[in-house]
Amino acid sequence: MAWLDTVVQGVLLGGLYALFATGLSLIFGVMRLVNLAHGDFSILAAFLAVVAVGASGLNPLLSLVVVAPLMAVLGYGLQWLVLDRLLGRGVLPAVLVTFGFSVIIQNGLLETFSADSRRLNPGGIETASLPLGGGLAVGWFPLLTFVVAVALLGGLQLLIGRTAIGRAFRATSDDGGTAALMGIDTRRVHGLAMALSLAIVAVAGIFLGIRTTFTFSSGPDRLLFAFEAVIIGGLGSLWGTLVGGVILGVAQTVGAKLSPGWGVLAGHLVFLAVLLLRPAGLFAPSRRVDT
Amino acid sequence: MSLLAVRDLSARYGDFQALFGVSLEAAEGELVAVIGANGAGKSTLLRALAGAIPSSRGAVELGGRSVSGLPAETLVGLGMVLVPEGRKIFPSLTVEENLQVGAYRGRPGPWTLERVHALFPVLRERRAEPGTNLSGGEQQMLAIGRGLMANPRLLLVDEISLGLAPLVIRRLYEVLDAIRAEGTTLVVVEQDVSQVLAVAQRVYCLRKGAVSLEGVPAQLGRAQIAAAYFGT
Repeated sequence: MAWLDTVVQGVLLGGLYALFATGLSLIFGVMRLVNLAHGDFSILAAFLAVVAVGASGLNPLLSLVVVAPLMAVLGYGLQWLVLDRLLGRGVLPAVLVTFGFSVIIQNGLLETFSADSRRLNPGGIETASLPLGGGLAVGWFPLLTFVVAVALLGGLQLLIGRTAIGRAFRATSDDGGTAALMGIDTRRVHGLAMALSLAIVAVAGIFLGIRTTFTFSSGPDRLLFAFEAVIIGGLGSLWGTLVGGVILGVAQTVGAKLSPGWGVLAGHLVFLAVLLLRPAGLFAPSRRVDT
Repeated sequence: MSLLAVRDLSARYGDFQALFGVSLEAAEGELVAVIGANGAGKSTLLRALAGAIPSSRGAVELGGRSVSGLPAETLVGLGMVLVPEGRKIFPSLTVEENLQVGAYRGRPGPWTLERVHALFPVLRERRAEPGTNLSGGEQQMLAIGRGLMANPRLLLVDEISLGLAPLVIRRLYEVLDAIRAEGTTLVVVEQDVSQVLAVAQRVYCLRKGAVSLEGVPAQLGRAQIAAAYFGT
């Protein structure tokens, strides 16, 4: 039972990792842009929630209503003003610039909020749990995180699969030049993708801030886990990203159960094993070659 | 009056100048052929008109309105749509989604999914398959259908016969003629002269980036066209 409990905790943790990974995967999919500041944006969102909660007394979960749109606007603006100029010049310029963003965000947070660790307090839900019988119980909050992750991924899947803007995302990803010939403003599509990416990572950041303490420098770890979830699941597959997050989460909790210091290490080992055995990830869609 | 009026258009690919002062007109409801040898600048002309590459000099008017320098996506909204060389079907989209992307701008007009399906029944039969599963000829039909979905006033068609069987090419030209008969103006670029001249009302021959001959196909002799085409 203790092991089952561990696995269940790992699965639920995987939902949070999937939330981090989805935004990263989305912008890589649409514009081949690797955002090294992705984790830092999530921590920025968590600090924005700290401010919103402090100013209004809102529940941190409700602060999402303010923080997610703010992050979306920030994403659209950064894409429009800075990142779009870097596209089509290979991977490196975007890597360098987003690394710069990472440094700027971390130092900005350090200046503004000091190096103290923070936590968002949603008023009890973070410790309440749901007994499942047989001595097994799941926390309401991890369960909520997982449900939100699945709902967001499902919503995103519908958006990309069924709507005009989703088709524009995919067409732009395939061939931006031809997409423009179809009347698609690819710059706007890029901006919307980044806006969506940062709105989703704002959700992830706030859930993280409720689950655990965070500081100005918590971002890069989150980025690493997000990368691992994306790669385990396979680039370009949203449900693969969820499974990747779950595998990483289970590996970490099982590892930590074996020995408290092994959690993160076990996650990395599973990630390396997937890279060795299935370098394209477990659920990568088979890419057709355009003739 | 002319739907499309191009005056003294020049364009370059990087350091290479590909067009030298090309002037061209297309009247409403006409199919205009642009012929010329490989490298004569035909595709560059269409790409410059469609806003895919910038023109360095000259003026382009669509329906009396200057459209010089506008980006491709804006031109689509105004009704100038390019069916690109090489078809450029989106591989992650199904046949039907490729058509729907053509209608992205929501420009009103006669062309709908149903009417494109009626023109190319194969696109209905295989609507749920990935666009790049189709054969070359079917992909060309899809590319034309996708262009029509934008409800163009002017459809620019680049090298539709490339790599296709003669029978398929003949069928595609019948369709282009039918599209023209519906009132859409076309500018068709082609290396294979005989097919396009059979349906065109006006022809321009390009050589080394400049117009070497223009006229009504029926009034031009084969020798005259050959001379303009090859520069003999």
